[in-house]
Amino acid sequence: MSGLSRIIGKEIKELLTPATLIPIIIMAVIFGSLGSAFSGVTEDIDEKPEFGLVIDDTGNLSSVARLSLVTNSVITFDGSSLEEGLSRLKEGSIGNALVHIPGNFTSNIESGSQGWVEIFYHKTGTGLIDLVQSSLVLSSVTAMSQDISLRMISNDMTAVPEVVISPVAVYSTTFLNGNEMSGVTPDQIDTVFQSSGFVVPIIVMLVIIMAGGMVITSMGSEKENKTLETLLTLPVKRTWIVFGKLAGATIVGLIMSMIYMVGLGYYYSSLLSSATIDLDSYGLSLGILDYVIIGVSLFMALLCGLAICMILGIFTKNFKAAQTMTLPVTMLAMIPMLISLFSDFGSLPSWLQVVVFAIPFSHPMFAVNNLMLGDYAIVFAGIAYTAGFAIVMMAIAVALFKKDILLTGRIRNVNEKGKFRNPLRSMLRKR
Amino acid sequence: MEAVKVTDLHKSYGDFQAVKGITFDVHEGEVFGLIGPNGAGKTTTLRLLATLLEITGGKVEIFGKDLKNEAPEIRKIISYLPEDAGAYKNMTGRQYLEFIAGFFIGEKDPVEMVKRGLEIVNLDDRIDDKVETYSKGMARKLLVGRALMMEPKLAILDELTSGLDVVNAQGIRRIVRNKTREGTTVLLSSHNMLEVELMCDRIALINDGRIMEMGTPKELKEKYSANNIEDVFVEVVR
Ligand SMILES: Nc1ncnc2c1ncn2[C@@H]1O[C@H](COP(=O)(O)OP(=O)(O)O)[C@@H](O)[C@H]1O
Ligand SMILES: [Mg+2]
Repeated sequence: MSGLSRIIGKEIKELLTPATLIPIIIMAVIFGSLGSAFSGVTEDIDEKPEFGLVIDDTGNLSSVARLSLVTNSVITFDGSSLEEGLSRLKEGSIGNALVHIPGNFTSNIESGSQGWVEIFYHKTGTGLIDLVQSSLVLSSVTAMSQDISLRMISNDMTAVPEVVISPVAVYSTTFLNGNEMSGVTPDQIDTVFQSSGFVVPIIVMLVIIMAGGMVITSMGSEKENKTLETLLTLPVKRTWIVFGKLAGATIVGLIMSMIYMVGLGYYYSSLLSSATIDLDSYGLSLGILDYVIIGVSLFMALLCGLAICMILGIFTKNFKAAQTMTLPVTMLAMIPMLISLFSDFGSLPSWLQVVVFAIPFSHPMFAVNNLMLGDYAIVFAGIAYTAGFAIVMMAIAVALFKKDILLTGRIRNVNEKGKFRNPLRSMLRKR
Repeated sequence: MEAVKVTDLHKSYGDFQAVKGITFDVHEGEVFGLIGPNGAGKTTTLRLLATLLEITGGKVEIFGKDLKNEAPEIRKIISYLPEDAGAYKNMTGRQYLEFIAGFFIGEKDPVEMVKRGLEIVNLDDRIDDKVETYSKGMARKLLVGRALMMEPKLAILDELTSGLDVVNAQGIRRIVRNKTREGTTVLLSSHNMLEVELMCDRIALINDGRIMEMGTPKELKEKYSANNIEDVFVEVVR
């Protein structure tokens, strides 16, 4: 075991230098300041909202309301049965929202209290493409409220002044993933998911690319300096050399993640300060256990990435070639990151779910959203899969460490005639 | 017991045969030199003996231990110095020796080992500078110190002094010669025929993956009535 701990220590000392840490700290600081920049952004899109309308009220103010809404919006469903409206909403055939004016609307206002309007939203997922412009629907309803104010004033209706100024009160309910969340708008949910669900994938990607690059270049320079040959002739098991290198890089990778997380923490808190509701009551938040699960998922994915990089490093001949070999890992880390920005796992088409699941780096990226939505099964399945994947990759790395290929290498980025050659293609061709 | 017993050793890289059936013994306590031009197969042979490459054919025994089946045992008694090797650049010379010595905990005393290493390297206070600041000669001294400090039964040294100036080369040769008096057997390679004549008890001339001649420098010079080994070599490969 002493051999193992020596190699881990050596790797950490080699990888954890100011040169590797400073860029990360700078990135983390940038993240932190991004948070405060984003929280000030509000959308002002000049677009007519689309929604269904159910009016149960027969009073005269409801026709004012109808006129106003029809003028300012596109009504996709106009009926008198709330039940039918809701089922249409949930099946997605009338857009993302349904406005309901209950039977007591006019009478409430006339008797001196606000008239309630219910807005139901249907949210299909938590990615960028699933954003529901609830503010647009809300602005139609606000315009409607103003029209009612005008009518009340011009008709000299006697009412409480507060009610004349603001005759309509809104109650929002959002359907997400079979959950009925009353009192919550989709925007509020998006704020929470964007702040966590967007940044974690970016961090995971950055850490995998950086730590993976470290492993490959460390292999490349050990080969170039022949320090690897020395190590291999010492009385230490090759398994320990592989594990030591991987463990060292994994620890450094986790330290890098932690630095990012501190930056993220700042980003997160400044974003959330603009959200007004507490999503805890709907289970849309993460507990300590969830963070532990995310950590385990990240650890496993990191191990997979580093083991892949180690295998790529085995095939390289020198430092230069090593640097070009990071490309496949970078691609593999970017694909799930980009997908996670635009969508969540649950709303992907099933073929894409298979692809995303197969890429080990996806799992920590999608874990945050899945845990918030209470989808533990998929998270645990992901951890089991990445653990298996990591074990297989490490076994391959250990096996290759006992082969000539480790020293003879395959990948030079220049062929004998000095012409540049794509290292991956030459690797496949030479097989 | 012979220190090294190599019988009909073959090694191919893919289709290319780098070592084409060589046989030689190294006696305990001697300095044995493999000499030959670049590409002759010296490094390949030494890497095979150092348990780094898999042999394609033939048999190798090091102090009675079979290379194929007892590689971990062999690693405890050999040390290997690669040609053009470096040390970890972010370590100081002393840290590097300590790092390597740590792998022998349980086998040998690492404190004694580092002490011996420091004596061999003999870099005074530069030993506490980072390896990346070392000159070529200093780095080679450090690596020779590393290879000899564990008092291996067999030291395998590839191109011991290539790339060094005369003074540094001579210093390193003296260090290695002294160590053999303390019981280490040395197998080295060189393409510098004069160096081998100075250092080796016996030599093998190797060309194109085959051993062409073997014996003491004196025997070979007499046999070919040549003034030096370089002339012997030219005669042999003619
Ligand atoms: N990894 C390798 N792949 C293919 N051929 C190699 C490899 N290493 C060495 N060779 C070839 O094997 C032959 C012997 O090389 P080497 O043992 O390095 O010679 P020397 O050390 O005597 O200069 C050379 O022709 C060299 O090109
Ligand atoms: Mg050589």
